[in-house]
This record gives sequence, structure tokens and C-alpha cells, in this order.
Amino acid sequence: MKGRVLVVDDDAALAEMLGIVLRGEGFEPTFVADGDRALEAFRETRPDLILLDLMLPGMDGIDVCRQIRAESGVPIVMLTAKSDTVDVVLGLESGADDFIVKPFQAKVLIARVRARLRRTDDPAPEMLSIGDVSIDVAGHSVRRDGEVINLTPLEFDLLVALARKPRQVFTREVLLEQVWGYRHAADTRLVNVHVQRLRAKIERDPERPEIVVTVRGVGYKAGPG
Amino acid sequence: MRKGKLGGGNPPPAVNGTVADGTATDGPAVNGPAANGPTVADAAVNGTSAKARAATGQVGPVPAVLVPLLRRARRIGRESGLRRRLSVLRSPAAIRIAVIRLLKGLQWQWRSSLQLRVVSTTLVVSAVAISLLGFFLMQQIAANLLGTAEARALTQASDGLVFAQNQPGVAQLPGPSSENMATGIVHSLQSGGQTGADYGVAISVLRDLVPPATWNYAYSSFDVHALPPSVVQTSSSRTKPPTMIFASMPYPQQGSPKTSGLLYAAPFGSDYELYYFFPLDQLQNELYLVQRTLALVGLALVFLLAGIAWMVTRWVVVPVARAARGAQLLSTGKLDERLAVRGQDEVAALASSFNEMAASLQEKMRELEELSQVQRQFVSDVSHELRTPLTTITMAADLLFESRNQMDQSAARSAELLQSQLGRFESLLADLLEISRYDANAATLEAELVDICDVVRQSADVAQHLAERRGARIEFRLPAEPCLAEMDRRRVERILRNLLCNAVEHGEGRDVVVTSAADRDAVAVAVRDFGVGLAPGEEHLVFDRFWRADPARARTTGGTGLGLAIALEDARLHGGWLEAWGEPSRGSVFRLTLPRETGAELLGSPLPLMPDHADFGSLAADPAADVPGPADYGSHEPGQERA
Repeated sequence: MKGRVLVVDDDAALAEMLGIVLRGEGFEPTFVADGDRALEAFRETRPDLILLDLMLPGMDGIDVCRQIRAESGVPIVMLTAKSDTVDVVLGLESGADDFIVKPFQAKVLIARVRARLRRTDDPAPEMLSIGDVSIDVAGHSVRRDGEVINLTPLEFDLLVALARKPRQVFTREVLLEQVWGYRHAADTRLVNVHVQRLRAKIERDPERPEIVVTVRGVGYKAGPG
Repeated sequence: MRKGKLGGGNPPPAVNGTVADGTATDGPAVNGPAANGPTVADAAVNGTSAKARAATGQVGPVPAVLVPLLRRARRIGRESGLRRRLSVLRSPAAIRIAVIRLLKGLQWQWRSSLQLRVVSTTLVVSAVAISLLGFFLMQQIAANLLGTAEARALTQASDGLVFAQNQPGVAQLPGPSSENMATGIVHSLQSGGQTGADYGVAISVLRDLVPPATWNYAYSSFDVHALPPSVVQTSSSRTKPPTMIFASMPYPQQGSPKTSGLLYAAPFGSDYELYYFFPLDQLQNELYLVQRTLALVGLALVFLLAGIAWMVTRWVVVPVARAARGAQLLSTGKLDERLAVRGQDEVAALASSFNEMAASLQEKMRELEELSQVQRQFVSDVSHELRTPLTTITMAADLLFESRNQMDQSAARSAELLQSQLGRFESLLADLLEISRYDANAATLEAELVDICDVVRQSADVAQHLAERRGARIEFRLPAEPCLAEMDRRRVERILRNLLCNAVEHGEGRDVVVTSAADRDAVAVAVRDFGVGLAPGEEHLVFDRFWRADPARARTTGGTGLGLAIALEDARLHGGWLEAWGEPSRGSVFRLTLPRETGAELLGSPLPLMPDHADFGSLAADPAADVPGPADYGSHEPGQERA
């Protein structure tokens, strides 16, 4: 699995080390050390995945993430030294798919990157629907009343995972494993933030969700009732 | 059917018997009032007048003027008591509850209001003082009036006696003409007194000489049949000196309501006796008036005093209450609260020093906040600055570790050491940052509703691996129904992972038992190991930072030494408890209790901290049973333990 990875990090040593590790795993890394030039670099290289440090000179990571997300659904994995909820949620809300708290091990990084790049190349033709939302799995598109809703690949995966088994309740841990590819229990804040983001796009009234419903004390499920 | 005045003619013969009966039955009734209030009456009379007593020789038991009043008061008291008892009986439960509620309300009022206490104390104390004062005053007045009346009566009666003794024919034995003589004397005595003086006069033949006398009594205005037997004289006691006693008689004529008064009795002539009755109702009325006036004045004085107390305490209490309210607001974080300073008295001093205190508190708070802010920023900066290079080092070490096979032996070993110690360094750094976050008050709770049994299973994975390596098992005793509570999943997982790893590490290869339970208010998890246990006092030390049970073991077992300290802070952040129990070589228990709703106060835990005593009973009986099996623990029902 070849993949182009854009590394946005101002720490030269870490960037170089990331390069060594990524190349060792067969990825093609490109580097940019400055928040202001990150968007430009993204447009030039069109990477399959972005590793984005939150603390950057110039424009900070949150803004970079927001701008890239505005024009692309490319997977973004954040590297952050802060594990406080406020920082993590802020990062996720700005559009990151996943985050890794420093210091991390090389194999953790690779596992996360692979999980975000792992997409079945030719999914079988499959149509799903929850409520008034219809999902074309192979065509990778979501419609409501014929109108296309733009979802990032991660949001799409989350919706599909829920829609494949309507009325089944998924715990956050199960979703983490199915959608994010985590083996062991990890941060459930990821799920919460992404469900919010997904609802903001697909629900008629995100305050009273009808498609992705919270089951208090357990997790989430698709469909009303 | 008793006939009235004997002065008018002979009484019917039938009267004889009636007279004897009448005196006999009326006697006790007359003495009655005196017997009813002996203390009051005696007290009232003791101080009357020594003069009167000396002159008359004796003053009998006194029906004090206060007695009727007293009797009335007692009757009212009895009636109202009865009525209360009756109404309670009518619906006892409801009334008892109402009374209890009223009493509780009053008790609360009493405890919470200084003003109420001062005013009611003043009211009670002044009421007692004024009624004592009034009582003594009343006694003094009554004694004086009575003394005067007695002296006047005595003079009148003595004059009358002298007049009677000087009448011709009194020295002869009573005969048929005696009645006319006696009537004459009575008439002249009755009319010869001072004008305006109200009294009755009577003359009788000594009792035991009748019959054959045809008359008993000659009297003018009062019912001599009602004479107390103690004054009615016989021939054997004819040398008795003149007597004056208090008595209650029908007056001004037979059949009238009874009137209290002074009764004078003196023998004269050969076999006659002279009676005078001086009614005291006038005096009594005067006394009632004085009494009423005194009572009204006293009542007014009591209320005046209470009012003054109320005003004075108000002056003091209102500013104090305002200061208390200000302090309360201050304590809830409203640091801008200040009191108005008026004048230069003590209250103003209180207000201004309160304001100074508030200002300095505000200043200190601001400084602390700044300090906390600085510390938080510092922690955050250190965190970032340390973590970025550490990430590079970690990845580099990973890389070297992967390729250690291509190195020579010492380089390969170095790569291994680098790798393993980096792990330790990382966790130490993470723990240090976490604890400094707590110290800077920067920790926040991300509470959601979670089944703690799920968290237990989830957090057991690392400990499971550790246990497998040591040949131990982790036994779960989780209830079938979910134990839901609001908690920060990440923190609770961290606590449980820590407890489980500790239990396996110190369990010396023996099994570990995890029990969880829930009740209405709380959920709990207890982790039990059967290892080295804790020495007495260590159950608190274990939560200290970098504390180790045995310094020699420290370097062989992993862990940063901050795990339990962080776990304790995590539990506290939830408003929960983390407690330890242990005995040397009997293992230990760590129990985490969390309230179902964050912030709710914990009153107890659904699980006991100490294992069942049965464990120790069997241990003590059989020393060979070195360590109780896991089956012994938790075999009892999780009891309700209140700490």
C-alpha cells in the first residue's frame, strides 16, 4: 500500500524521524514546517493523508486543519502534545479524523496511518438507508431527498458502520475498533466529536437527532425508535 | 327554710335542730378557703399586724383576700388542661404531628435567631421579676390594709363589749326576759357605731345552756347559724378571752352570698356571748383594684422591656446579619461584595474591617488565580517542550531496537535498555504532568453515563497479560445488571488499570478478585489480592506520592510511584472515595466508590472495605491455611457499609 503523506511539523528532528519511519514502512512523505505554507503544500502534493502538528509557527494547526477540511475530505491525523480534553476536542472539531498524543511509538503512528488509509478498493455495490437518508456505499455518496451530502471518508465510514446494522446499539469502543481501527480501548472522545460532526451534516435538527441516536449509558445506534 | 332575724320574734321551735345542723355542716365550708390556700393565706396574714394579734390573743387561719382569685385561676387551669387533653384525644395522631412540627419550627427559629432568643429571654426574665415584685408589693399593701381594718374592728368590738357588759341584767342567768334585753343591746350596738361603718352584731346564750332557754341567738344582720363551731362557746369555756378570726359568712343577711370578713366573739355577763362581723368586701374590692392596676402596669412594663430588647438587638443584629450575608456571598465567590459603613461605632468598625478582609481576600484570590494560570501554562509548555523531543527519541529508539540484531552485543543491549527505560521515562513524565495538572487545579471532569462493569472489563487487559505471565488469574465478580454511574471513563479506567496492575504485582502469583456492586446512590469496585498485604497505617501511606512499601523492591517492579496518588485525585474529582485495607501477608483490598451522579455526596459504599470476618476466623483456627483462597472473599452478600 503506497501512500503519500504530508508531514506538517516545525520540529526538524521530529519531521526527519517521521520521514525515516514512514519511508521505512513504504510511504512517500513530503514535509512542510510552516502553518502558512501548509495549505499551499497540500494543494501541490495532493497527499493521501496529512500528519499535522497542532503547534506551528505562523498559522496554527487548528486553522490549517479547518482550511484543508474546507476543500477536501483527506484524512488528517493530528499530533499533539496536549491531551487535555479542551485541546483534543478543539482539534477534532476543526476536522481532524484522529489524533496521536506525543510521545508516541513508531508502530502506533504507523497503525493509525494505515487505519486511516485502509479503504477497501472496490466495495461491493450496496445501498443502505436510515430514515430519509440513503447511502450508496460503492459510489461513496450520501443523499437526502436526492440532495447530495458531502461527508469526509471517516464520517462516511461511521455512518455506514451504523447503517449496516440498524437498531443495533454500538458502544463507543466497538465503533472505535470498526471505524478507527483501534485494537484496544482508546479515547472515546473521538467518537463523541465525530458523531456530533456527522449529525451536523445529516440531521435535519442536530439538537434532536433522528438518524444517529444516542443510547444513554451505552452508545449510539442508527435509525429512529 | 331557715327563718331570718331573731330580733323580730321567737324562732319556731323546729329551728333548734336546724341550727345545730347548720353550724355543723357550714363549719368546714367556712374554713374551706383557708385550707385551700394555706401558704398564701398564711403568708398574707403572718405579716398582718402583731398589734392586732396581741390584742385579740389569736388570729385564726386567714382566708386571704387573694384566695378566691387563686381558686379561680386554678379552676381555669384545670378546665383548659382538660380541654387540651380532650382535643388531643379527638384526633391524636394529627395533633401530635402538628405539635411536633410546630415545636421543630420553633426550635429552629430559636436556634437561628439571636433576636428571638434575646427578646424571649428578656420577656421571661422580666415577667418573672415583675410578677415577684408585684406579688410582694401586693402582700405589703394587703397586710397594711388588713391591719388597719383589724385594728378598727377591734376598737369597735371592744367598745361594744364594754357597752354590753355595763347593761343591767347581764349578770343574771338567762331567762325569758333575756331575749328582749339582748335584742336591745344588739340594736343599740348596731346603730351606735361610727357612721358608714358596715358590720353586724349578734348575741347568744352559751350553747350548752339551751334548752331550756327559748332562744339561742339575737342578731341583727348576719346569719349566726353559719358561725364556725370554733367560736361558738360553751359554758365550760366561758373564761375564754375575746377572739377575732377570719371567716366567711352570708352577709348582709341570711341567704346572701358568703362574704369574707372578721368575726369577733367575746363572752360577757353571766352566760352570753357577743359576736361582731366586719365584712371585708370593701377592702377586697380595693385590693382587687390595686391588683389589677399592678398587673396591667407589670404587663406593660414586661412588654416595654421586651420591646426595648427587640430594638436594641435589632440595632446590633441587623448589621451583624448583613455582615453574615456579605460573608456568605463572599464565600460563594462573589468577591465584589462590600458592606456599607455608617458612622464610627463598633458596627461601622465591623463593616469596614469586613470590607478590608474582603479586599485582601480578593487580592489573594487574584494572586492565586494568576499563579495557577502561570503554573498551568508552565505545565502545558513543559509538556509540549518535553514531549516533542521525547517523541523523536522514542521513535529513534524503536528503530534501533528493531534493528538490534545487526549490532554487536553491547550496542544491541544498549538499544534494548534505551527502549525499556524510555517507556518508563514516558510514563513517569505522563504521571508527573497529570499530577501537576491536579496541583494547578486544571483537571476537568468529562462525565458521561457508563456501566462501571464495562470499564472494569476494559481496563483489565494489561493486568490480564501481567497476571498470565505470573501464573495468576483475575476473577471477575460482576453483577448481571449494569451498574450505571456518571463518570469520566478515561479517569476511571486509569484508576482501575492501576489498581489491577498493583494487585497482580503485589499478589505474589495468587489470584486477584474484582467485585463490583451498585446501590441507589453509588457504584463500587473492590480489587482484592492475597499477597503481601499492608502493614498497619500503610493504608493511607500507599496514596502518597513516590511511596513504596519496601524500598528494596522498588527497582524491580515497574510503576512510577505516582499511580495511586493520581488514582486518588481521579476519584476525588468524581466526588468519590478510594480507600485501602490490608494486613501483612493477608493481602489487601482497594475499593473505589463513585456517586451515581457526579457531585452528589457519598454516604456509603455498596461494597465492604474489609473482607468478611469469616475469612479471618478460619485463618485463626487453622494457621496452616496461610492465605485464604479467593473463594472466601466476596462469598457473602455485599452489605451496606456506612462510613
